[in-house]
Formats: sequence, C-alpha cells, structure tokens
Amino acid sequence: MSMTLIQGSYIIAGLAFILALAGLSKHESAKSGNTYGIIGMGIALVITVLGAVIGINAVNIAQDRPGTGLPTLGLILVAVLIGAAIGVWRAKKVEMTGMPELIAMLHSFVGLAAVLVGYNSYLSATGPDDKVHLAEVFIGVFIGAVTFTGSIIAFLKLSARMKSAPLMLPGHNYINLGAVVAFLGLTVWFVLSPALWLLILMTVIALALGLHLVASIGGGDMPVVVSMLNSYSGWAAAAAGFMLNNDLLIITGALVGSSGAYLSFIMCKAMNRSFLSVIAGGFGSDGQITGPAVDYGEHREISVEGAAELLEEAHSVIITPGYGMAVAQAQYPVAELTSKLRAMGITVRFGIHPVAGRLPGHMNVLLAEAKVPYDIVLEMDEINPDFDDTDVVLVIGANDTVNPAALEDPSSPIAGMPVLEVWKARHVIVFKRSMNAGYAGVQNPLFFRENAQMLFGDAKDRVEDIIQALARARVYGEHQ
Amino acid sequence: MKIGIPKESQAGERRVAATPKTVSQLRGLGYEVVVQSGAGEAASYPDAAYAAEGATIVKGVAVWKADIVTKINAPTPAEIARLGKGSTLISLLAPRLDPDLVASLVAAGVTGMAMDAVPRISRAQGLDVLSSMANISGYRAIIEAAHEFGSFFTGQVTAAGKVPPAKVFVVGAGVAGLAAIGTAMSLGAIVRATDARPEVAEQVESMGAGFVTVRSADQQVSADGYAKEMSDDYNTAAARMYAEQAPDVDIIVTTALIPGKPAPLLITGDMVASMKPGSVIVDMAAANGGNVEGAVADKMVVTANGVKIIGYTDLAGRLPTQASQLFGTNVVNLMKLVTPAKDGELVLDMDDVVVRGMTVSLAGELLWPPPPVQVSAAPVAVAAPPPTPVKEKKKASPARNITILSICAAALLALFWVSPESFLGHFMVFMLSVVIGYYVIGNVHHALHTPLMSVTNAISGIIVVGALLQIGVANTSVVVGVLAFLGILLASINVFGGFTVTQRMLAMFRRA
Repeated sequence: MSMTLIQGSYIIAGLAFILALAGLSKHESAKSGNTYGIIGMGIALVITVLGAVIGINAVNIAQDRPGTGLPTLGLILVAVLIGAAIGVWRAKKVEMTGMPELIAMLHSFVGLAAVLVGYNSYLSATGPDDKVHLAEVFIGVFIGAVTFTGSIIAFLKLSARMKSAPLMLPGHNYINLGAVVAFLGLTVWFVLSPALWLLILMTVIALALGLHLVASIGGGDMPVVVSMLNSYSGWAAAAAGFMLNNDLLIITGALVGSSGAYLSFIMCKAMNRSFLSVIAGGFGSDGQITGPAVDYGEHREISVEGAAELLEEAHSVIITPGYGMAVAQAQYPVAELTSKLRAMGITVRFGIHPVAGRLPGHMNVLLAEAKVPYDIVLEMDEINPDFDDTDVVLVIGANDTVNPAALEDPSSPIAGMPVLEVWKARHVIVFKRSMNAGYAGVQNPLFFRENAQMLFGDAKDRVEDIIQALARARVYGEHQ
Repeated sequence: MKIGIPKESQAGERRVAATPKTVSQLRGLGYEVVVQSGAGEAASYPDAAYAAEGATIVKGVAVWKADIVTKINAPTPAEIARLGKGSTLISLLAPRLDPDLVASLVAAGVTGMAMDAVPRISRAQGLDVLSSMANISGYRAIIEAAHEFGSFFTGQVTAAGKVPPAKVFVVGAGVAGLAAIGTAMSLGAIVRATDARPEVAEQVESMGAGFVTVRSADQQVSADGYAKEMSDDYNTAAARMYAEQAPDVDIIVTTALIPGKPAPLLITGDMVASMKPGSVIVDMAAANGGNVEGAVADKMVVTANGVKIIGYTDLAGRLPTQASQLFGTNVVNLMKLVTPAKDGELVLDMDDVVVRGMTVSLAGELLWPPPPVQVSAAPVAVAAPPPTPVKEKKKASPARNITILSICAAALLALFWVSPESFLGHFMVFMLSVVIGYYVIGNVHHALHTPLMSVTNAISGIIVVGALLQIGVANTSVVVGVLAFLGILLASINVFGGFTVTQRMLAMFRRA
C-alpha cells in the first residue's frame, strides 16, 4: 500500500475531526459533527489496519514497513471487537447522571493506551538511539501516566467511591513541583543513556503525580478537572504521534488537547479561578474552606402545597438545578413539572450555572434527557438580568452556585465567583436534603433571606409531590 | 382566643376581612373564629361556607365581644364602643390621617393594629394590604376605564377599517401603577408610564411599557419605599411632560400618593381640556384629594370637552371576592407572625419592627408614630457595603509583551536549530492543530460542553492508530505484541464508547 494513500487518508481524517469539533459547538450541527467524527475515525482505522496488514511502500525506503499478514488482522479484529463491545455496552447502559464518571473512566483508557504505546515504541525501536525519539517516548509516557491515574481518581471521586474532599498533604505544591523536576531530570538522563528502569521509575513518578494532582482537588471543582483530563489525553495522543512520526495522531491530539484546555479555561473564568492553578492541581483550595461563623438567623420551611400554590399564582418561574438534581435523578419529574406549568400558561425557564453539576454542561444533558426543550434552558449571563421580574425560583439541589455571599461578602471563600442571582426573584423555593453546607463548605445566606423558603427532602419526591398537589388543586378548582 | 369578623358598616363596602379559606387558616393557628351573619355575603361568601370551615356564625353585635376583631375599614365611634377593654382591633386605620381615631382607641383601652401601617420591608410583604389592595385597584382602574372608553384597547385591522390601539398613560408606577400597566398591556394598549423615582423605569419596562422620564436634575431615591414631595424645578418639568402627553393619549391613570399628605395635583384643568373627547381619566388618588383637577371622589364627572374623570375610591372593593381573599391572607400572615406558638394566643413583640410599626395603641397606651424603619429594599447606598477595591490585573505593556515573545521565540528557535528536520515538520503540524483546536470551539454553546467533551474523548482514542502499527511487527518481542493488543483494546473502548454516548446525548436535545 502506498504511503501517499495513507498520508492522504490521514489528512482527510484530520479534516473530518476538525469538522467534528466545529459541528459540536452548535445545536444545529451537533449531530453531523458527531458523524464527521465517526467518519474520520473510520477512515483512520481502516487505512491503518490495511497498512499494517498489507505493508507500506514509501518513497523513502527507510519508512517501508512489511505487512504483518492475516493472523495479525485476526488479532486486531479481536482486540477491536472486545473494546467496541465493552465501549458500546457501557455507553448504552450509562445513566445520564453517571455521565461524568463514564467520561472520566474513558480518559483513563486513553492515558493507559498512551503509556503502552510509549513502552512499545521504546521496546521495538531498532537501530541507533534517536535522541529526539527517546525524549518523545519519555514525554508521551509521562503525560499518558498522569492522565491515567488522574482520570481514575476523578472517576472514583465522581462515583462517590472515594471521598470528594480535597486531599491536603503538607506542601502539596512542592510535591507536584518536585515530581515535575524529577521528570525533567530523568528525561535528560534517559536521553543520554537510555535504560528501561529509568522509564519505569519515571512512569511510577508520573502515576503518583496523577493521583496526587486530582486527589487534591475537591469534588465541587470536578467539571474543570474532567475537562482538563480530556485535554491531557489529547496531549498524550499528540506525544505518541511525535514518537511514531504519525501526523494524524499529532493533529488529533493537538486538536483535543487545545480545545480541552480552552474549554477548561472558559470554565475557570466562569468560576473566577486562575487557569494556571487548575492545571497545576489543587487549585482554589488552600485546604481549609471555613467561612466565619455568622448567625444568619432562621430559615423558613414551606409545605408542598404552599409551593404548589406559589407556582400556580406565578407568571414566570425559573428553575436553577444543581448537582442535587442529578443525585436525586429528579430531571424527569422536573421536566414534567415544567410542561405542566407551561400548559398552565406560566413562563418556565432554566438557569444553568457554568459549573453546575460535575461536568461542564451536565445539567443540560440531564434536562435534554428528560426532554426539556433546549431553548428554554439559558445560561447564567442570559438569565441573571431576568430574576428581578421572576415570581418564583426553584433551586433544585444547587447551593454554591446560588450563594449571594459570592457577590456580597468579600471575605467569603467563594467571593467573586459569578452566581445565579436567584434572590432577586419574589420567591425562592430551595429544594434541599438538609441545612448542610454545599461543596465549597460555605454556608449560604440565601436560605435565610426573607423571600426564601426551604422544601426539605429528596428532590425527586418533592417535585413529584408538587406535581400531584398541582393536579389536586386543578381538580378541586374545576369542581368548585 | 376568639377572632371576630364583623360585617362591614361603611356604605358600599362589599369586602370582608376573612374568607372561608382564611378562617380555616386562622383556626389552624389555634384561634376560634366568630363571623357575623351575612359578613361575607356581598363578597360571595355565604354564612354556610364559613360554618363549613368551623366558624361560629353569630347575629348582630355579639361578634364585637371577641378578643380580636379584624375588619377592613376603620371602626366608627359606635363600633369602638362595642369593643371590650383589652381587646385587639386589626383593620385599616390610616393613623397618619386620622389621629382622632387613634386617640379614641387609646381611650377605649383597645390595642389597635393598622394593616395600612406595615413597614415596607421584604419580610413584611406578606402582611402588606396596601400592596395587595393596590394591585387589585390598578387592575380595576383599567377595567373601569375600558368600560367608559368608546373604543378597543387593542389595535385591529378589520374588513370595516383599521382600529388604532388605545394609548394609556400611567402616572406613578407603584404597585397600583404596575398592575394598571400590566392590565392595559394585556388588553393590547400602547402603555407609557412615569414616576418620580427613576429606579422604577426598569420595572415599567419589564412590564413591556415605555417609561417617560422627567428631564430634571432633581430625582429622588426613596429610603422607605414610598415617594416624597418633589421640588419646584422637578414639578415644572413634570408638568411640561404631562401637558405633552395629555393630548396624545386616550386613557390616563394617576396613582400618585404621598403618605400622610394630600395627593399632589398633577393633571391640571388645562391638560384635561387638551385631551380628545371620549378620553378617560381614572384618578386613583381621588380619596386623598385627587391628582386630577376636577376629579370628584366616588363619582364620575364628564368635562365640557367630553373627557370622563373617574374618581371611584372603592376600586379594590369592586372585586370583593378576590380583595377579601387577599386581605384575609394578609391578616392570616399577621396572625402567624404574632402567634409564634400556634396556640391561639396573641403575642405582640414590640421589638419586632413589623409588629411595632403596625401597633398604634397598646392596651390604652399611644404608640403612634413608631420609630422610623429603614427599608433595605430601597437601593440606597447604606445597604450595600462599600465595594472592596478589586485588585486590578497589571496590564503588561506592549513593549514588555514583545520582549517576552522575542525571548520565547529565540528559545524555540534555538531548540529547533538542534532538532532534526523531520521533527520540525511534525511540529508545524502540531502548532497549527493547536491553534485550530482553540478557534474551532471558540464559541461553543454552553449546553454542548458535555457532548463536545465526549466526542473529543472518542477522537482522542485515535491513539489506537499507534497501537495498530505496533502489533504483529515481525521482529519484535511477545511483550510488545501483548502491550499493543491491550492498547488497541483500551483505545477501542474509548472510540466506540465515546461516539455512542455522544450520539445518545445529542439525540436527546430538542427544540421546543
């Protein structure tokens, strides 16, 4: 098979991936974007498998590669089919609320694959040591290993198998810095006198660094972490591309890496965090997040009937969901409530904080799953000016993202973070399990405001109760 | 304790201070409720409905012997005489305008709570009858105007010709003004409004109406939520504006009230005379002297040029059923506040500014006027702490930027110099892809963050290509083969899982 055919196919695949990313930034083109991605991946896979099996003829004899024959094709097909079966099975089965965990898990596979490819590239290298190649191997394995363990920790934290509170080792910044310095030192050593044990030592350090980086980030900041790991997995692929002299890997890896980094940057801006300290890990958390012990007074509770009554009398309702909605799986009842209220002629909209949930856009996905039309789902900046003339805001499982202290209390740990200004509405009903603080560990003065009332309990049950109360009120009203 | 609901004695009053629903809520607070027979009749609440909620129906004046009496209008001297010493009266009392009434309550040893003296703080909104009644009045003002107006409110194009929309001008955008704006808007009229407080412009515009500003240096920001008297300069400018509006509009609704003072005269006889025949003016301040020259309280007058001036003072009472319900709920909210134990025992906590503000007399002691209450709801600077100076990011000077860039470029150049040619080719591809990746998702829709991430995740499974090229190469060890096999497997999970899950997510997004 000629090298130019392969290279040509790679160029087309690369273009398809660019179209995929571009398509995914708009609703109208999102589906075709995914299709482009599949097409690109299909071309790349088919042509690479063919090249590997049949062999490659390049103009430059040195790049010639003998075919590996049919047995290898069998091996490849087995590996791909097993992988595909597992992947599709997980993807079909996953609950939309479990999406963050799945994506974190998938990142770890890319990381591990990058480590394996790096080792292989080192082990199978023939001929005199190419210093650039050695450095590329080292860097590729490093990024892959960090991505691998980092993603696993993210997965464990998101699926609540591990405590989500940030791990705070003394001098954690120095640990990170030390690991990076050690990596650089080992790279130089490895390039000068390559040895497998150096590679293994560095891999261990990288694995530990990945663990520590993500372990020192609190669960509340996970959206940024997941997006950051996404970016890392791209860089790992790009590094593999350098070591294998494969432009497709470089293009794709760089695309994923830079778009992931930019996405993280957007999110950091939304949370008013420093981008650099996120990449460095353990950001925004000097460990203790303790607000001053302020007595905010008494909160008030509202009954389900009371809430239903407020909703019935409202003209305009905004729902601001948070991670609690995902935990309670309340998106379906919320969607039902939405369509009920809309049927009653009430304007219902959703206000989504950029970091609501544990994944960027987490809330959007859940609401979409429950068939909430996406054009009533607005982002923070779009909806904030509208709270003033809103009758009722339903805060469902959100806490820090609706905390007025972020704007009003300069001493608050979340000061300066843009938040949904729900307290400007006439009534705020807060669905919450208890009066415990949110992820940031900060008390929320919203709950003690005059216009805020608490509705305790499981968000799903409470929303369903409200739907029933509304139905009862309607029946009663018709029979009066 | 026993709460008595007497029948209103004022002529034409159709409201009642409690409805069957609020009776049941009051009983929920532990009170017994006694209702005078026929009290709710005019508001469409028959005695039987009260009895069904557990109220005792009594005939005649016996209702006044209850421990707490709640009614709409201020009591007549005869009614005060019926109240027992030490009992509590909850009603509109207008303590600012009617000090004699307060004095007679003090003399009678009655505790008087004025529903129209609720401090305008957010916590007390639930008891504010002025707001709830103003809301109804504003609605009714437009309905009355529409009733007298000889044309449609909404513009129409019909086979019989074009109907222009009515133009409505609302003076004073308080609760009543906003309610009037909303009602007129929903009838399809073109609505404009003005107010001496510039901060309400936003509220007016939020209702869909236009705000007409008075061009004057003197504008007020109210500290207690109510408007104040304005300076001469402002008044001249305002008068000019009213004179411009009057001939243009079909309906004028005036709602300007200043607490404790006669209503300001805003629309002069000349302005009225400049209006088109058939125009309607509703003067909602007629009870307090009126905003419109020629308005007569409780009457509709027609001027020489055919302009109708409505001065009804019972606008809220013209919706007796709803008005009673809202008034009753306000009373219930007050009772909730003063019955902390929900045991039917009244506890008046004079340290609570809401209770203190409403209580004009306490068991024979004069408590009016209360100490002033600062309302945090008004956007006065005192409420907000001084903004802490934000550390401004040092903007790098262009010269410094160029220096840093040159250093970076030089360092890279040095690196490239020693790199092999093939590496640079790849590096070029790499750099360009980084830039493309950045720009391509530059304006990604916020809802698509997750699908975007899962698609990039699937794409990063491209690492499979690396593993594919490593498997089964003849001259390598078994270890390499196994590792490559695992690599393919793992990356395939990613590729197939990532695309499938993206597909699933995207299929869910839909437009309304």
